[in-house]
Amino acid sequence: MSTRVQILLVIGFAAAVIYPWLVPNYLITVGMLMFFSAFIGQAWNVSGGFAGQTSFGHAVFFGTGAYTSTILQVTHGWNPWLSWAAAMAMGALVGCLIAMLAFRAGLRGSYFALITLAFAEVFRILANSVGFTRGGLGMLIKADARPENLQFRDPVWPYYLAFALCLISLFIAWRLTRSRFGARLIAIRENEDAARALGIDVFAEKVKVLTLSGAMCAAGGTFYAQKYLYVDPTIAFGIDKSVEMLLVTMVGGAGTIFGPLIGAIALTGINEITRWAAGVIPALKNVQPLSLIVYGIMLMLIVARLPDGLMSLFARKARRNA
Amino acid sequence: MFDPGFILAGVLNGLLAGGIYVLVAVGLTLIYGVLHIINFAHGSLLMLAMYAVFFLWKLAGLDPYMSLPIVIVGAFVVGFLLYRGLIGRFSHGRDENILLITLGVSIVADNGALLFFGGNTETVDVPYAGQIIELGVAFLPLAKVISFVASLVICLALGLFMAKTDTGKAIRAVAKERQGARLVGIDVEKIFAISYGIGIACLGAAACLLMPTFYVTPQSGYAFVLVAFTTVVLGGMGSFVGAAVGGFLIGVTESLGGLFLGEQLGQIGISLIFILILLFRPTGLFGAKA
Repeated sequence: MSTRVQILLVIGFAAAVIYPWLVPNYLITVGMLMFFSAFIGQAWNVSGGFAGQTSFGHAVFFGTGAYTSTILQVTHGWNPWLSWAAAMAMGALVGCLIAMLAFRAGLRGSYFALITLAFAEVFRILANSVGFTRGGLGMLIKADARPENLQFRDPVWPYYLAFALCLISLFIAWRLTRSRFGARLIAIRENEDAARALGIDVFAEKVKVLTLSGAMCAAGGTFYAQKYLYVDPTIAFGIDKSVEMLLVTMVGGAGTIFGPLIGAIALTGINEITRWAAGVIPALKNVQPLSLIVYGIMLMLIVARLPDGLMSLFARKARRNA
Repeated sequence: MFDPGFILAGVLNGLLAGGIYVLVAVGLTLIYGVLHIINFAHGSLLMLAMYAVFFLWKLAGLDPYMSLPIVIVGAFVVGFLLYRGLIGRFSHGRDENILLITLGVSIVADNGALLFFGGNTETVDVPYAGQIIELGVAFLPLAKVISFVASLVICLALGLFMAKTDTGKAIRAVAKERQGARLVGIDVEKIFAISYGIGIACLGAAACLLMPTFYVTPQSGYAFVLVAFTTVVLGGMGSFVGAAVGGFLIGVTESLGGLFLGEQLGQIGISLIFILILLFRPTGLFGAKA
């Protein structure tokens, strides 16, 4: 890491810490959602980016986490922090099981992406139908804003929590790029058959990485449920969250440490610009679809012209400066 | 409660719905068979075609069946241009890339519909909506019977087109052996665009046949995309006979699933079939080996 990058990181870190003390509450929540996107994006990136296993259905892990912690808390009276840990374990388990099924059957590329989508759909329909999730009504978490309940009155704390999650995920990604496990994943991404020929247990590595990714996603699910004190089948298992994770990572740069964070910053920026545009031009009153249209176009442009995402712009510049 | 007549009625209704799934799946399987790309935008383009049918009815007073020629031609042109302008340029290389490009198309289409058409559920009122044909034990809605027959006729017409015309033969040649087709002087890129156009034209036809008995919202695309993929995977990617059989099986599964498991849980059958087929028989019922 060059000194220039190190200085940039220190400045970025300091800015993120000071940020909530300088802006109104609304912008604190925007920042929180940005770090949250970066976190679940990184969870996707671990398997979808580094290991190259593109998934269209990571919401299956996100929703598993959200529902596990909510059910344990609401129905069984568990402490939320404890049920957060249980949610991660459950996410890891679901990740492990789906990976064992899909990779044992030898699914790759588009077929893996589509089967994850189908799993998310199965979970969504189940959550809609069975009793212990209260079906389509969704589940409400009783508001009781105390830190030991993983609920906070001041929006600064969810912001710092999301920031901490994002830092942890960056650390995980950084460890991946520096470990033999990460090297094996990249080998699998680049050429699975060659990786196998080199003696890598491709199946085991892919199961491991999806287990890790599942646990991380589930942690994001619990965080989201605790922030909004509500979860329903569409929020938890709908395609929107799967696409959000994929988008921030693809736009920022799949398989890079800072890709999901850069992507989250870019997409949050677009969101705020369209929100501003909607305030100026009344015809654009419906903000959400407009930003998503911009995201969709960005996704196509990135895949077509900039396969390594916005990150590669920085990398190119850095190389030129070096 | 579940006497044979009741189940028979469910099967018949499922077969009727399946007729339209066949049409949707034939389009998807044609695109896969010729271009070897997975068109994730299939559901969203169907949704756009359904809106086209809705607006032709609302603004021009055109009956959905009357708008068939317009929508089919329009959908073909849209598909042809979409391939030429966007998808064709990126359809080579890693197969996930084209999946991501078509995901981008579907995100833009879904949210464009939400932005311009609003989130309401839109339906077409036709005078024959309530008419019923009594067939022994089953009461079948007239509009569904018309749709069923029409979609079979369209599939047969497409089959004849593929078998008899020069363009059809060229499409089959490209599907079988791309390099060889190029060597004998077929303009392969043009055949790709035509195939994609025909695939989308099938969606146009399906939209016209669906609208008298169905509704459209910006989310309709997502609702159909898994059904379409399941049908094609069940039948075997690239297989026309497979798409036909798959369409009917999916229609019946959905209908019986709704009957036995209820409206909510009944939808699970389609996703489960999709997962099980991919896990245990990825070539589907009629597919060649992958």
